[in-house]
Amino acid sequence: MRNYLKPIPIQKKFFTPGVIVVAIIAFNGLVFLAGRFFFGLGEVTNLNNQYPWGLWIGVDVAAGVALAAGGFTTAALSHVIHKEEYNVITRPALLTAMLGYTFVAFGVSVDIGRWYYIWHPLIFWNGSSALFEVGICVMMYLTTLYIEFLPVVTERFIGSVKLKGFISFLNKPVDKLLRILDKGLAKVMFFFIILGVVLSTLHQSSLGTLMIIAGPKMHPLWQTPILPLLFLLSAISVGFPMVIFESIIASHSFGIKTEMETLSGLGRMIPPILGVFLAFKIGDMVIRGTFVYLTQFNLQSVMFIIEVLFGAIIPLRMFLSEAVLKSKVLLFIASSLVIFGVLLNRIDSFIVAYKPPYSYGAYHPSFGEISVTLGFIAMLVLAYRFIVINFPVISLPNKNYMIQTKFKIRGN
Amino acid sequence: MQKQNRRDFLKTGAMLGTAIAGLSSNKTKAKPKEILSEDRMGVLVDTTVCIGCRKCEWACKTAHDLPTSPRDTYSDRSVFKKMRRPNEKALTVVNEYPNPQNASLPTDVKVQCMHCDHPACVSACIVGAMSKQENGSVIWDTNKCIGCRYCMVACPFQVPSFQYDKALNPKIMKCDFCFERTKQGKLPACVEACPVETLTYGPRSELIRIAREKIKRNPDRYINHIYGEYEAGGTSWMYLANQDFAKLAFPNPGDKPMPGTSESIQHGIFAYFVPPVSLYAILGGIMWITKKRNESEQEKSL
Repeated sequence: MRNYLKPIPIQKKFFTPGVIVVAIIAFNGLVFLAGRFFFGLGEVTNLNNQYPWGLWIGVDVAAGVALAAGGFTTAALSHVIHKEEYNVITRPALLTAMLGYTFVAFGVSVDIGRWYYIWHPLIFWNGSSALFEVGICVMMYLTTLYIEFLPVVTERFIGSVKLKGFISFLNKPVDKLLRILDKGLAKVMFFFIILGVVLSTLHQSSLGTLMIIAGPKMHPLWQTPILPLLFLLSAISVGFPMVIFESIIASHSFGIKTEMETLSGLGRMIPPILGVFLAFKIGDMVIRGTFVYLTQFNLQSVMFIIEVLFGAIIPLRMFLSEAVLKSKVLLFIASSLVIFGVLLNRIDSFIVAYKPPYSYGAYHPSFGEISVTLGFIAMLVLAYRFIVINFPVISLPNKNYMIQTKFKIRGN
Repeated sequence: MQKQNRRDFLKTGAMLGTAIAGLSSNKTKAKPKEILSEDRMGVLVDTTVCIGCRKCEWACKTAHDLPTSPRDTYSDRSVFKKMRRPNEKALTVVNEYPNPQNASLPTDVKVQCMHCDHPACVSACIVGAMSKQENGSVIWDTNKCIGCRYCMVACPFQVPSFQYDKALNPKIMKCDFCFERTKQGKLPACVEACPVETLTYGPRSELIRIAREKIKRNPDRYINHIYGEYEAGGTSWMYLANQDFAKLAFPNPGDKPMPGTSESIQHGIFAYFVPPVSLYAILGGIMWITKKRNESEQEKSL
């Protein structure tokens, strides 16, 4: 069956009423962003000297990086372990990762006070800084993701370069160039795929190291020396749920058939990964004896329980059930729960758990901060839609391709 | 990706190895200045002497070209009603607390950067804009800073502040131990301004000796605790008081240097790039083996 599938541009109109709503949310975010650039961070955000990091770092950056983990987990699955039946989901996952990290980069550049110095870590190095590690790895990984996506671009334009007017003479050379590029990329791509996986494991974990230096300023339920490991494990466990989540949304939104067979297969792999994460999370709590903090009733204990119960335990049980794996709705709910859990964990780690010694009052994100965060998500959705309409990302059944593929396989 | 062969693989691997060897040799130099000189200077703050005149606040602002009201206005004691923190407009402030031994003589405490011996901000800063200088000062370099505010997240005393109202070139503001003044042989502005000798400037080791002596001679006047001798691994600024430091709003960061855990994790993950490179090699191996296996399975099935 799967040989029928071939990535092609989706034949849909870009604008629908829903898309216009998303565009309005994106525009609203841009208005507040303009405020940030003209009047400074203080004008738009609720950040202060006690709470230097807020929603933008917690959600746009930390959660953004974690939720883009579908890229490296599927790359590892289909290209490193060579489970080729999952090839159909690698391109959408790659696209999400590429866009996700692009917006992480935007998120960082609007949050840092001197955005025009964002390149400084390239020349001023501090090897002992976890943030330096994250910064360099994210820059390298973003480049790697663009390189991994290049074949999609060459595939789209090879044989269909149609420049108009006086530059039309360039059509042939450009086409030739694309073919050379495509061939070259095919030869070296394995290097970038492994590099992408290595860079991901490095910065996903270092993102956890970030808060360790805050020491007693971070609530003991979250402050643990194994934070990097927990961050890495939770990122790996959110990878496949994220792919399931976006596949179901994309197929629903474009009115195409959901590849349930592939998605159930992915769902089946989630319990062991999520189980390992949960074991470390609970084990760490037991060993450090931090469960005593759960007996206190406050924001931190409630958030921790929600995070573990709804973000890990319930979805773990759900993914173990065959009925859930067969049902599109239940699979979607279970995946959404894992995503919710990781999102909440990043918000908890960077905002809820952070208790500065002299705070005058808790930090709440301002309307401007929320607008910008929603605006970035809206822009990401629009970019995703634009790219899948114009580039071969999502695989659809294709009869002509079937015959070709059969020949190819026999020929090899 | 499918067409990869053994030769390509080895070639690229070799290239990667060379690149990393190049990187790691740079990496050893890639640390901000963090000198822990034996003769580093410090200040001993005797809170039992301080009268809360706030002349140090005025002197600090004047020395750092910060806008300030006239010197006389600093005798206004109504500011003590609220606890204040050093911020981007005032690098040092004095707070007042009740004195259990004598209600008519409240305890006044000057607050500023502690200038840690193992500063969390220096370890955390992404570009190494923070550095520990030979004379003990922890200073900030405007030419490197990107404004990420990680130093503020890291600081156990919550000292660095940020100019949130500036759209262009916002600065991290904190006490620099009057680095420019001490370089010229002058005293830090606050020490010079203090009319009652609350502040003693001198080599840190000497200050500890003086503090111990003071406690020994006046056991009724002081509690037996030099705040800053061991806190956060030791700080250049140290305090004496007649009551528990927690009551004077001093945090308790523990005696271990703040960057300890994070740096050992960081250096563990990047021990001469061995872990990442090994991971790369293992993944490459798995990729090679599974590909071979898939190919042979395909051949069998035909």
